[in-house]
Amino acid sequence: MQVSQERYADALVLTPVGRMDNSTTDALRADLNAYVAACSKGGDRLVLDFSKVDYISSVGLRVLMLAAKKVREQDGLIVVAALQPVVREIFEISRFNLVFQCFGTVREALGKVSANALAAYDSARGA
Amino acid sequence: MALWITFWGTRGSIPVSLDCAAVRDKLVSAIVSASGKGLDTQEKARAWVDTELDFSVSHTFGGNSACVQLDAGDGDYVLCDLGSGVRAFGNHVFKRDGPTKKNTFHVFQSHMHWDHIMGFPFFGPAYVPGNTIRIYGCHSNIEQALRRQQDPPSFPVPFESLAATIEFVTLQPGRSYDIAGWSVTGRLQSHSGDSYGYRFVRDGRVIVYSTDSEHRLDVPDEVEGAATFFADADLVIFDAMYSLAEAVSVKEDWGHSSNVVAVELCQLANVKHLVLFHHEPANNDERIAQIWRETLRYEEISRSGPELRVSAAYDGMEIEL
Repeated sequence: MQVSQERYADALVLTPVGRMDNSTTDALRADLNAYVAACSKGGDRLVLDFSKVDYISSVGLRVLMLAAKKVREQDGLIVVAALQPVVREIFEISRFNLVFQCFGTVREALGKVSANALAAYDSARGA
Repeated sequence: MALWITFWGTRGSIPVSLDCAAVRDKLVSAIVSASGKGLDTQEKARAWVDTELDFSVSHTFGGNSACVQLDAGDGDYVLCDLGSGVRAFGNHVFKRDGPTKKNTFHVFQSHMHWDHIMGFPFFGPAYVPGNTIRIYGCHSNIEQALRRQQDPPSFPVPFESLAATIEFVTLQPGRSYDIAGWSVTGRLQSHSGDSYGYRFVRDGRVIVYSTDSEHRLDVPDEVEGAATFFADADLVIFDAMYSLAEAVSVKEDWGHSSNVVAVELCQLANVKHLVLFHHEPANNDERIAQIWRETLRYEEISRSGPELRVSAAYDGMEIEL
């Protein structure tokens, strides 16, 4: 699974692309691990941009849960943004919307996790 | 030949019942919904309740713990588990057959946690001489568990006083047995103290009873094993006690599964009909109905082949195959 990243001050925005299911989650897990390790108190804040994810299975959700657990242990912060309607439904059905803070847009998410990151995001877009 | 599956108990962990407030809430909802419908006769009201009113208002999913009957209509009774629902089943047998007819009961035990055996001391036919109750399972200590729950000071009637002939048969998982007209195969499942699912085959139709089982779909061997066990089943009765978020976090290793995993496994195994079972006792009727609706939607979202029918089990539900 392809995961692109963009940094905005002290926040990393990770953007996975495609389906998160059995065939892609090994790659997702490997990609996430490196970023999750740096997501701790005073470290990077993570925003998972789901705008390019069109499906997530239970296995994909489990990978997210493991990441959330690790981040929580490290006093870090990880949130989710820009869920497509179907993926939002899956989050609700599985109750993962109770595990992750979900925001409508990446900008909203950055505003929640870091004022510096939001400023950097707006600056990059000429806002 | 038609096969019937009757659910006498569908709740997990501990029996529950509607309380006064829940009954009152149902009545209030029904009265408001009926407003202006002109339901001025019993017949009109009954038809409206049966066809228009939401199931979670007009009925209840019930609160008895696990007990499911498989019926091919040819004599012997076949059951899965002896939860509190077996008491209602016993009363049904007395009503149907009268108090003197001698019967043979074949019972398949998933495991011996209390909610799966607690109905046996209240199973009327166990007190009738001439009845035979044959209890099968892959655990070697089923008899010990059933005897112990009737020992003092837990119960006034000792196991030895039961008048029926009670026999215990230990099965080997993975091996098929011909019992009461069914081909039955057990499979080890992930649950505290182990549990076993049973695959029943008769006249080309397949029923899988798989409760108290935690599934890890990120473990390929586990997925393959469960999918093979469920393969092409007409009906799978599945432990969907928790949400997926619970099952992979605070309740991981508690030995139960979720509606999301139920759908994915059944789709993978080409199952025709999934029945959500072992309902969380903390969930009221409204919540179970919501989980059922959400499961129907998840099946639609994740479907890549034929449609999987999804039901939520309730006490008294009958399914014909």
